[in-house]
Amino acid sequence: MSINVSNISKSYKKVKALKGITFDVKEGELFGLIGPDGAGKTTLFRILTTLLFSDEGEANVAGYDVVSDYKDIRQSVGYMPGRFSLYQDLTVEENLNFFATIFGTTIDENYDLIKDIYIQIEPFKKRRAGQLSGGMKQKLALSCALIHKPKVLFLDEPTTGVDPVSRKEFWDMLKRLQKKGITILVSTPYMDEAALCDRIALIQDGEILEIDSPTSIVHKFPKAIYNIGANNMYQLIQSLNNYEHLYSVYPFGEFVHYADKRPSFDITELVQYLDAQGLKNISIEPTQPNIEDTFMELAKK
Amino acid sequence: MKEENVIEAQGLTKTFGDFTAVNAISFEVKKGEIFGFLGANGAGKTTAMKMLIGISKPSSGEAKVAGFDVYSQTESIKKNIGYMSQKFALYDDLTVKENINFFGGIYGLSRAKIKEKMKQLIDELGLEHIADQLVGSLPLGWKQKLSFSVSLLHEPKIVFLDEPTGGVDPITRRQFWEMIYKSANEGTTIFVTTHYMDEAEYCDRVSIMVDGRIDALDTPKMLKKQFKVDNMNDVFLKLARG
Amino acid sequence: MKRFIGFIKKEFYHIFRDTRSLFILFGMPIAQILLFGFAITNEINNVDIAILDHSKDATTQEIINKISASKYFTIDQLITRESDIEEAFQKGKIKAVLNFEKDFSKNLIKERQATLQIITDATDPNTANTITNYINSILKNYEQSKNKNIKLDYQVVSETRMVYNPELKSVFTFVPGVMTIILMLVSAMMTSISITREKELGTMEILLVSPITPFQVIIGKVVPYIFLSVINAAVIVLLSIFVFNMPVQGSLFLLGAESVLFIITSLALGILISTISETQQTAMMISLMGLMLPVILLSGFIFPISSMPEPLQIISHIIPAKWFIIIIKGIMLKGVDLSFLWKESLILISMTVLFIGLSIKKYKIRLE
Repeated sequence: MSINVSNISKSYKKVKALKGITFDVKEGELFGLIGPDGAGKTTLFRILTTLLFSDEGEANVAGYDVVSDYKDIRQSVGYMPGRFSLYQDLTVEENLNFFATIFGTTIDENYDLIKDIYIQIEPFKKRRAGQLSGGMKQKLALSCALIHKPKVLFLDEPTTGVDPVSRKEFWDMLKRLQKKGITILVSTPYMDEAALCDRIALIQDGEILEIDSPTSIVHKFPKAIYNIGANNMYQLIQSLNNYEHLYSVYPFGEFVHYADKRPSFDITELVQYLDAQGLKNISIEPTQPNIEDTFMELAKK
Repeated sequence: MKEENVIEAQGLTKTFGDFTAVNAISFEVKKGEIFGFLGANGAGKTTAMKMLIGISKPSSGEAKVAGFDVYSQTESIKKNIGYMSQKFALYDDLTVKENINFFGGIYGLSRAKIKEKMKQLIDELGLEHIADQLVGSLPLGWKQKLSFSVSLLHEPKIVFLDEPTGGVDPITRRQFWEMIYKSANEGTTIFVTTHYMDEAEYCDRVSIMVDGRIDALDTPKMLKKQFKVDNMNDVFLKLARG
Repeated sequence: MKRFIGFIKKEFYHIFRDTRSLFILFGMPIAQILLFGFAITNEINNVDIAILDHSKDATTQEIINKISASKYFTIDQLITRESDIEEAFQKGKIKAVLNFEKDFSKNLIKERQATLQIITDATDPNTANTITNYINSILKNYEQSKNKNIKLDYQVVSETRMVYNPELKSVFTFVPGVMTIILMLVSAMMTSISITREKELGTMEILLVSPITPFQVIIGKVVPYIFLSVINAAVIVLLSIFVFNMPVQGSLFLLGAESVLFIITSLALGILISTISETQQTAMMISLMGLMLPVILLSGFIFPISSMPEPLQIISHIIPAKWFIIIIKGIMLKGVDLSFLWKESLILISMTVLFIGLSIKKYKIRLE
């Protein structure tokens, strides 16, 4: 087991940020911690990287205890904190050199590990880190976290605020890294990124809602989901909210995801109801629930 | 009856030295529309928005917001628009009521009006039990919703939302969008930027900026058809990747 | 070791790329020394005075000539009536009026005594005192030249020697004091924002999750500033010697060594401030306000410590600047060597060790 977390709790003044968190990450796994702001992701990361003490519980990383063996952990993990934390007035090259030196290695020694990532920013190696775009800053931060060949990589919301293109590229890089045997624990608020992980833990308000592989988790959604479309989204939602058999309705792109209270029902009945409400171009089709549906369902309880 | 244009931009440009951040963009936004303004970081979205809300002077081109010129009538623009962003929110060390009072005052509302709006807002959002709590102690989702409502206190014609739902949980996000739909239905124009591509789908029309230019402008449906994909995320990828 | 060097390298990058710091580091000290050296002076030169001569005889003329020949005074006007004295002062230009009584020569010969009234503008008491003293010494000179062949029954002749500063140049007081203040403030300020900057920017998080130790971080941040402050100190000393003609009686080498010691003490104090401040603003406030006033007032720079009430004298012992001023005045003005300064040097060394030890202890290895 690469990461073991057992009943970790943490409070800040009156707020309980983490409430008895327990989970494991296997060696070489790409594990996602999925949840919105305030869920406790950053607090958990800081405890695992030995930056904070927990109030209760234990954890160990790569076989070392986060409290008593913190020095060993600090030598062997890579950490990318929530906001860009590199030296803005140092160049790309200087930043990388610095972190390599601090960890007692050189850029050349582990270059093959960061090569795929670094070649994308290499043309800018003499540019100051503060002048890079968001996507490039991420890649630099990732390179600096990997330069000493860590056994475990902690990435705290690495793609937040970054455009979809850079996000996709970043996750491609993570997948390639995984093949090199590094255990990766990554947190994100983006549910679509969850699908790219081996296993995920859905977390909200300091509690874990569910842990499983992405494909299994969507099966936890208790009902059948239908894509419903119409000409006026707002009106559609209002009408469905007033429908007596409604279980849940959430907008999803140009459709809404609708779930009915009844175990099975006649679609045409629903179409008639909506038509009577004045909606046009009504379409109803069954579809698969996704991670976001499941998250919202689990978070309700 | 011709629908009124709440935003009109014609060749709007902003340069910083010899770097062109916004390159002659032209578009219109109609009243009551939900207009999505998308683009990668560094594509020029923020710069363009700053010109439209009257806090940055364009280098060339023309634009009118709520009927006012962005060069000469910026004060009128600011009085007639609402603005909300993740970075600018409410004062954490003031209570919900105090924040409403404060911003109501800034927008020039009469005391009676503020009182009326305060009651309306608190009822609608269900904030009775926390109306006297410090905003800083509220969960992020509540803050966002409150922030949005506050930006509408003075009933502006158009409200600019700068990545309003970043990091918020999925349920709150949708509740937020329901609030947006309601506003749009009542005639407020919504100008929103976001990184959530599924939110792009909620918009009536969407524009995508790449390197300072608008490279796509249409309804989500038409864009997906044009790029032969079935979701906005892929539209974006295709456009940005070339 | 390589780790350590890598860290120091990074610190140098930060220093040279931050133009504001560079300005504080180098520009400020030079500006201050020049200001203090040229602008502030206790001496008087070309002071405007007025003469009211009721006698207008040969003696008064001789005395007046002597006074006007000195570089200290310029005779600005001649008043004719007592009633004009007030007006002369009120106009503001005149700082003193010399009032020669009637029949000056006659009285001097017949009565063996003539009176010259010196009226000074004492709104600035120091200057008034100095003017009076200077006039008196010119008069004394004149007296002695006239009394050459006369022997009195009892004569107590006072011979004054201003040791170490015969010309009573105020620059001699100020330069050591200003040098001390500048070195202390600049050093402490620079290092105090150094660690807090990492905390504010968030880079501290990554530094913590790495093998580098608190000791390496602290020393690594002090070392670059030692080099730069030494350059500063050298510039100040050179300016003092060549621009202000300050002598350095003692060993330049000892001066250098003690300066380096004091610099390290100040840097260590700055680092200590840094470990207890959360933001750069707090750090700057503490080092500027918290250090500047006590140092200026209690170090003996302007006000002699021995004249202060007992509790303040005790407090002044804990101010590093106080000990350094003793050292620097000793070397520059008195030419003493280490055998006289070992006590003060030892105190500075112990303070340094204390500050660094405390810094390492207070350095937070976790985020809360």
